[in-house]
Amino acid sequence: MRRNSGESFVLLASACLVMLACGVIPLGFVFFYSVHDTFAGNDFLFVGGQWFWQVFNAPEFQWALLRSLLFSVLVLLVQIPLGLWVALRLPKSGILASVLVVAMAVPLLTPALVVGYLWKVLALPEAGLLTNAAAIIGLGLDMNSKLVTWTVLLLMDAWHWTSLVVLLAYAGLKAIPDDYYRAARIDGAKPWAVFRYIQLPKLKLVLGIAVLLRFMDSFMIYTEAYVVTRGGPGVSTTFLSHELVQTATIQFDLGEGSAMAVIYFAVVVCVSVLFYRQVSLGEVQS
Amino acid sequence: MSEKRFPLVPVIYTALLMLPVYWLVTMAFKTNGEIAGRLTLFPEAPTLRHLKLIFTEKAWWMGYVHALIYVCMNVVISVGVALPAAYAFSRYAFPGKRPLFFGFLVFRMMAPVILLVPFVQIFSDLDLYDTHIAVALAHCFFNVPIAVWILEGFISSVPREIDESARIDGHSLWSFFRRILIPQIGPGIAVTAFFCFMFSWVEFLLANALTAVAAKPISGIMTRAGGVLAGDFGLLAAASVVGFIPGVICIVLVRKHLVRGFSMGRVA
Repeated sequence: MRRNSGESFVLLASACLVMLACGVIPLGFVFFYSVHDTFAGNDFLFVGGQWFWQVFNAPEFQWALLRSLLFSVLVLLVQIPLGLWVALRLPKSGILASVLVVAMAVPLLTPALVVGYLWKVLALPEAGLLTNAAAIIGLGLDMNSKLVTWTVLLLMDAWHWTSLVVLLAYAGLKAIPDDYYRAARIDGAKPWAVFRYIQLPKLKLVLGIAVLLRFMDSFMIYTEAYVVTRGGPGVSTTFLSHELVQTATIQFDLGEGSAMAVIYFAVVVCVSVLFYRQVSLGEVQS
Repeated sequence: MSEKRFPLVPVIYTALLMLPVYWLVTMAFKTNGEIAGRLTLFPEAPTLRHLKLIFTEKAWWMGYVHALIYVCMNVVISVGVALPAAYAFSRYAFPGKRPLFFGFLVFRMMAPVILLVPFVQIFSDLDLYDTHIAVALAHCFFNVPIAVWILEGFISSVPREIDESARIDGHSLWSFFRRILIPQIGPGIAVTAFFCFMFSWVEFLLANALTAVAAKPISGIMTRAGGVLAGDFGLLAAASVVGFIPGVICIVLVRKHLVRGFSMGRVA
């Protein structure tokens, strides 16, 4: 480890400058708006915690926050085990494995709007593929039902992002040396024991990254869900980001919207702190 | 052990992923009457009307060009500034290192919607509203951190002795980067560029809000002209199918290093 603050400063300068301009300063604006009231967009009056008080007491915000948390938890409950299962069964090498990996990555590179559109047409009444598949097993796909819309959104998110978990876990599995498995075979270990005492501990790092990324990205879902359900039926799929966009850009309540954004940011920081140990610098693990 | 068995679970999983994609592709060749009428697995009367319209109407195909321009700008900026920073994180001890790295990560975790209002304000004030560079810069707040994160993993897996011997051979830092480090972590750089491309390419909210006409990406055109919420199904399906293509090309290009890239370069 070299200790040369001058050199490291030069190396870091450009990245820090870009992050300052495109991250820290805009975030500063949000913090500023969140404690000010504005008249005609250029006179700002300090109002302290008024917006925060208002936001916290608004049932719309409380429900949207709860819905977003519930959605993220369900996303993790579905995608982490499913992704892990697929990764465990994927051969370590071979043509089939490479083809499957390439195909799996396709949903990850699908623009958010296209994902939303795709799932909207999949759930079309009469002609939708999903509607017809549900009909075969005797289910009606009524998009006016809250349960159905939530299921469709969860399926959509699983389609879009489970592969991220698969590929992360697969990368972790490939890194386990064969000696570990050989030793386990000599000891006569059952498949479950191999999973519990060899694979799972070795996957801790990549699964940590997977949980963190999946939590954050599902917690901020906007475009896909909006295209499919427009927040409905009623407000049953109006998530935190929809509430925020509605407040800040459609009603143009800058203060209230920014207060929401600050609370959102606080959640992000808290969750990141929880996971930081898992996903931090490479040297820490080794 | 399980390696001799046919990988049934992954095959079924991948087939289920591909089914909607296949269906979308067939929709691009169907007439609107067929799409809305009933479920068909093949187009009954295949038509090229939708695809032809997308490639002949300037408003449509320019949408892809605009998106590709700001995405490529973003990839160049993100990888360019992240590479030296990742090297510093990997090799140097300096005060405030861990908090700084953590600060970068926090921005990756942040929802674009949080910064929506200030971005519109700032870029309007700078007369950059509706330009490609505005979107490219806005996307930096999540792509620079991810690029630093992945590159740091790749650089850390290169033995330190290489740095030392380069130093003894009289390479300056710049020439060390150009002649030794960059060739060494070539796959890492490709994978990083792939990730930046991916996250910028799929983002909709900021890209749409920061543009009007001159830099409107295809997603924005899809919401406006066709109306995703109720509209020309076949045309939108065709536009979506074309929207898949850059992603598929990228995946095929980096396929060999994809798996390692997904672990942020951390599993060697």
